[in-house]
Amino acid sequence: MLRRRLNRLLNNDERRVDSRTIFVGHRSGSPNDAIIPAKFCDNRIVSSKYTVWNFLPKNLFEQFRRIANFYFLIIFLVQVIVDTPTSPVTSGLPLFFVITVTAIKQGYEDWLRHKADKEVNTYPVTVLEDGRRIRKESEKIKVGDVVEVEEDETFPCDLILLQSSREDATCFVTTASLDGESNHKSHYTVSDIERDLESLNATIECEQPQPDLYKFVGRMHIYKNDQEPVVRSLGPENLLLKGATLKNTQKIYGVAVYTGMETKMALNYQGKSQKRSAVEKSINAFLIVYLCILVSKALVCTTLKYVWQSKPGQDEPWYNQKTQREKDTNIYLKMFTDFLSFMVLFNFIIPVSMYVTVEMQKFLGSFFIAWDKDFYDPEIKEGALVNTSDLNEELGQVEYVFTDKTGTLTQNNMEFIECCIDGFQYKHRDGSAEMDGFCVPDGPVSKPQQKAGREKEELFLRALCLCHTVQVKESTDQNDDQIDGLVADGEVSLQDQRGFIASSPDEVALVKGAMRYGFTFLGLESKNMKIRNSNNDIEMYELLHVLNFDPVRRRMSVIVRAKSGETLLFCKGADSSIFPRVRQEEVERTRTHVERNATEGYRTLCVAFKYLSAEEYRQADEGLREARLALQEREEKLMAVYNQLETGMSLIGATAVEDRLQEEAAETMEALQGAGMKIWVLTGDKMETAKSTCYACRLFQRNTELLELTVRTLEDGGKRREERLHDLLNEYHKKTVQDAPPFKGGVTRSWSCASQDYGFIIDGATLSMVLNSSSESSSHCYKNLFLQICQNCTAVLCCRMAPLQKAQIVKMVKNSKGSPITLSIGDGANDVSMILEAHVGIGIKGKEGRQAVRNSDYAIPKLKHLKKLLLAHGHLYYVRIAHLVQYFFYKNLCFILPQFLYQFFCGYSQQPLYDAAYLTMYNICFTSMPILAYSLFEQHVPMEVLLDNATLYREIAKNAMLRWGPFLYWTVLGVFHGLVFFFGVRYLFTNPALQDNGQVFGNWSYGTIVFTILVFTVTLTLALDTRHWTWINHFVIWGSLAFYVFFSFFWGGIIWPFLSQQRLYFVFANMLSSVSAWLVIILLILVSLLPEILLMLFRKRRGPNARQPSECDLLQTSRLQL
Amino acid sequence: MMASVYNAKDEDGHISVSGPSGGSAAAMRGKRPENTAFKQQRLPAWQPILTAGTVLPAFFIIGLIFIPIGIGLYVTSNNIKEFEIDYTGVDMSSPCFNCSQNLSWNSSRPCTCSIPFHLDQPYENNVFMYYGLSNFYQNHRRYVKSRDDSQLNGDLDALTKPSKECEPYAYHENKPIAPCGAIANSMFNDTLEIFYHDPNGTRVPVPLTSTGIAWWADKHVKFRNPSENLNLTAAFQGTTKPVNWRRPVYEMDSDPHNNGFINEDFIVWMRTAALPTFRKLYRIISKKDNMVPTLQRGNYTLEVVYNYPVRSFDGRKRMILSTISWMGGKNPFLGIAYITVGSVCFFLGVVLLIIHHKYGNRNNSANNSN
Repeated sequence: MLRRRLNRLLNNDERRVDSRTIFVGHRSGSPNDAIIPAKFCDNRIVSSKYTVWNFLPKNLFEQFRRIANFYFLIIFLVQVIVDTPTSPVTSGLPLFFVITVTAIKQGYEDWLRHKADKEVNTYPVTVLEDGRRIRKESEKIKVGDVVEVEEDETFPCDLILLQSSREDATCFVTTASLDGESNHKSHYTVSDIERDLESLNATIECEQPQPDLYKFVGRMHIYKNDQEPVVRSLGPENLLLKGATLKNTQKIYGVAVYTGMETKMALNYQGKSQKRSAVEKSINAFLIVYLCILVSKALVCTTLKYVWQSKPGQDEPWYNQKTQREKDTNIYLKMFTDFLSFMVLFNFIIPVSMYVTVEMQKFLGSFFIAWDKDFYDPEIKEGALVNTSDLNEELGQVEYVFTDKTGTLTQNNMEFIECCIDGFQYKHRDGSAEMDGFCVPDGPVSKPQQKAGREKEELFLRALCLCHTVQVKESTDQNDDQIDGLVADGEVSLQDQRGFIASSPDEVALVKGAMRYGFTFLGLESKNMKIRNSNNDIEMYELLHVLNFDPVRRRMSVIVRAKSGETLLFCKGADSSIFPRVRQEEVERTRTHVERNATEGYRTLCVAFKYLSAEEYRQADEGLREARLALQEREEKLMAVYNQLETGMSLIGATAVEDRLQEEAAETMEALQGAGMKIWVLTGDKMETAKSTCYACRLFQRNTELLELTVRTLEDGGKRREERLHDLLNEYHKKTVQDAPPFKGGVTRSWSCASQDYGFIIDGATLSMVLNSSSESSSHCYKNLFLQICQNCTAVLCCRMAPLQKAQIVKMVKNSKGSPITLSIGDGANDVSMILEAHVGIGIKGKEGRQAVRNSDYAIPKLKHLKKLLLAHGHLYYVRIAHLVQYFFYKNLCFILPQFLYQFFCGYSQQPLYDAAYLTMYNICFTSMPILAYSLFEQHVPMEVLLDNATLYREIAKNAMLRWGPFLYWTVLGVFHGLVFFFGVRYLFTNPALQDNGQVFGNWSYGTIVFTILVFTVTLTLALDTRHWTWINHFVIWGSLAFYVFFSFFWGGIIWPFLSQQRLYFVFANMLSSVSAWLVIILLILVSLLPEILLMLFRKRRGPNARQPSECDLLQTSRLQL
Repeated sequence: MMASVYNAKDEDGHISVSGPSGGSAAAMRGKRPENTAFKQQRLPAWQPILTAGTVLPAFFIIGLIFIPIGIGLYVTSNNIKEFEIDYTGVDMSSPCFNCSQNLSWNSSRPCTCSIPFHLDQPYENNVFMYYGLSNFYQNHRRYVKSRDDSQLNGDLDALTKPSKECEPYAYHENKPIAPCGAIANSMFNDTLEIFYHDPNGTRVPVPLTSTGIAWWADKHVKFRNPSENLNLTAAFQGTTKPVNWRRPVYEMDSDPHNNGFINEDFIVWMRTAALPTFRKLYRIISKKDNMVPTLQRGNYTLEVVYNYPVRSFDGRKRMILSTISWMGGKNPFLGIAYITVGSVCFFLGVVLLIIHHKYGNRNNSANNSN
């Protein structure tokens, strides 16, 4: 980090310039220019945080920056400096333990990073220098070096491809370790570079490093002897990223443009912002309460002490004189140190060990997710992945689920279903499709026997075969592969689909569809697309330009030249983006088909074409080349040219591709809704398709009233859009919010059919109107209305969303009133933003690469696993950790309360009630293991029941177990226990002659009796709460108690030479020899546990009904049948 | 290789522990999770459910056990005979008033007073004689820690170099104090004796045993005289007596097994009391034979050598005679508590039983009406 900052500082002046100039091979560009050596960072990767020298100070500093650690450090220092009742060891030892363990862990992790760094940095590479090949360590590469990379090696830094061993001046790479895509991508050399790199004289001008993997803009000036320098544009297709691997290519040469920490990969790995769970916020709130209790206790004691001492003879009776130093101390200083002493005495109320236990619980607990065999998917041979363990309990608190549609709700496994050519519908039937067989029209819309003209059919199929960016897998000649093709549906490698690789599964489905009808795409050979038509003839088309797909245009085009010499533009895209660009009279015939297909849940694409005259093509060609060379605003310029080209086309037809639902998608969604979660579908897809998916997933049901707020409804009223929006919002708001029967709290609200369900649909354009309305005030008001409407709808569908809008929505809901816990689930690169934004991000290990998985907090193979993850794991984790937190506060409250009460009986002299060993060991040994075991293994309700009754999830909604109510309960319980322990023993000690030989007990016996009752009560309280006794629980609970007894005997059985006072010598054994002590211990434990038992009894009263509604239903139905 | 490198870096800045498979995505791949009961959270488990059916009997059983125990305790406690005299001498009428008024540590002539008292009942078995102090903060922190257990354990270094904790009772006139510290310094030094007034008028001294009053382990292990082979006077050579003491520690008792640090009165005093009002065992009046009660019914005199000042801090001194049962001294608390808790449990059992019956019926009817 520091290094990086330093680098940034060094490069500061350079950074202001928005491009950098690189001299290839460190040779000055034009002969008259001298090289101005620019400072770039070296190629060292530094991911480690520490060095041997700064580890200790830096690590300690980092650790003590945490408030809890700092607090304990302060307490420890106070104990060292001030004369305090407990020795510094009591708080120093646990703190030391925690700090050491953490330091060791971090040190080990850093050592691993060092090792990894070293491995990367010393990896040998070959650099061309003055015509010689020199082996170097990777870290010594400088910007401008020409580097040689061989097959299957990873690129040591970001390189511009200069030369490839392949004939067609391309090379193939996989970026599996960058974004998880394992398909081969082709990259291109810069044209016009002579074979002899030695004589190459060129400079590269490119933008400053930026993290976007898929963006790169640059320009190369090539100087040839005294000629005008040739300028070539550089794009991402020329850039080889560090971390990617060279494939299928023997050897390449490239010039380093970004090195070390400035490579795109390094820039991309700058740590994600850490998510904090709501439980932690609760802990902090409770901590503050306990801190207040602590301070007020100390204040009360200090005040009373001085009040008490003011009575003559109390402060310094003759038997208990102060030392001279004490007498000399300033009274105010003494008051202050007294206050600190009390703080130290009571500081155990805030336990160090809680943090350790919570961390351990989270860490160990998260293993259960990765271990769960139900999450194992045999298809991809992977189970669930846990990227962070901090959020386990958040899985049990989810209120809003934002889900992607494609690949998440649906399988993203496309199948060509039907097409419509010139208004006639064609449905494919069982592969019996020959060209003629293909023309079996079907369905109610088109009349049988009616067909479009053969010419049209062939044109349509050719369009399908040509207008795509699919690669054929077997042949090494691959199609122009677009890195930017990934946008809308992310990047996909469909290797299982035989032969074709594409950036989007739709394309493969279409090509395969065409293949079934007789038109096979054979591949691309040196810019020529080969097609085998239905007559088994090979047709060749020269591929002139590809107008890439992007989510704004929502279409793509190719320009090809047929053998006959005519130039054609084929375009395919979403209906909304094609219809305005074709002749209107053709639209109507196709529109009905498209809409019907969309409502059936198919993804539809329209196909159009146009002939380009030679003149038109020349213009287009020029425009495209110019735009591609632009160094700035290249995208915008390209877009303008594209838009200009794709007009006045004629519509050929439309296709319908089915995207099947994920396994158990509907059941999962239903369960989540039953659990009280509101499900929002955020998709880039069009409304009709998305809506039908929602119906299929049972997010919308037949009786759900749909409230639409889309461009279409806005345009209906004939008013201005803004006004219409205003009216609609108000109308919906009235319907859903004002007229809805007031419900009692979100938790109990019934999701049954009792009240009207609403579903809300909004599209991207309208959403941006809502969010970014022209006037500031109305924007705020719209946003509120919108949120309120959405909160009262069972499901919300947002379609036509750009990735950023998805994140915007998540953010909006996240920050809305009550700050609900949000969960985003998605599988593609376009979901990353919302995955990062939501409280919990879930990635699906789907087909769209690994970006989502990498950025997620948890990754699961299938959507259906979400149900178990939330309803079972999340629920259990939440209950476990909530109980853990509450229990920790409780047990320390009743630990310290007797000590506080004792001050009233010992002249407020800070005399500890318990021995130092007990004070130290209480949280470390005697009571820590049972709660840890509980928080790992507890299943208060069996998993199956949790899965069967989604409503159980509502019981813990809104942080139910960590609200002030339960906290108060536990606090009251702790206070009650503390009072019982202390006063029970206090009344016993009215006559301290408790042994049958008349001998008396002293203060340490008193403390030990209280402590024994405490340890047993606290452990048995936990035992009462444990609903799931595995052998581990048994072992740990009874083991802890046995250990306590054993330890006490041991501790009191020996005169310890290192102790200055043998306070506990034989105290425990003597205690056990007293019948009265036994009796009081048993009595007080029972009294303490009584309220808990009673409460549990009453709580259980409601239990069976709430827990087994199915059983009730069964009973009822059986009665009805009788 | 690169992938794993960068996964490690992924955790950069992650202070808390990250998930189990954080850096091993590749390792996870293709590895089916083991189907063990532990990993699948399916360990066989006992799932107790507290129902009225299990808890109700428990309540009754607790009630049935506790009430007899409580009654037993209560009766036992009531049978213990206890007699208490406050001999502080606050009142003008009190025989010890004079002594309490003109008391000084240095007076060479001890002040004595005698208090007559009457026992209404004969005391059977061993009778235990306690002295009690009130408003005496033996549990004050400064006081509790003002001792040196190594010195008391016979450590020779500690004998001559008492611990700092003993301040300001560590050195006197540049000589180390043995035993040092506030506790030892303020040792209770009243002498109490009891005389029985025979019906025929003679005063018979009641024989008091001064051994067996301290914890066995204290007497035999925790407290030890320095250099046990030597004669005690020589062993304490070079030390001085605590300021308030009249005699040095090696002249506590004529019995060598009850002298020095292992003097039982001293050991008893050194066990600091838990509360500001406390009693400590002083003497044991052993049972002589089965025919005569240890202390007969009749008139007695308590002879006090009044040395210990308590008026300055509003303290009180008492002498307590008590018999002892298996549960210790007289204390009605336990008995009452047991009876109360037992009754409450029993009562709760009854109430719950009624509720359970009614509720159970209502529950059924509710189901029916549905």
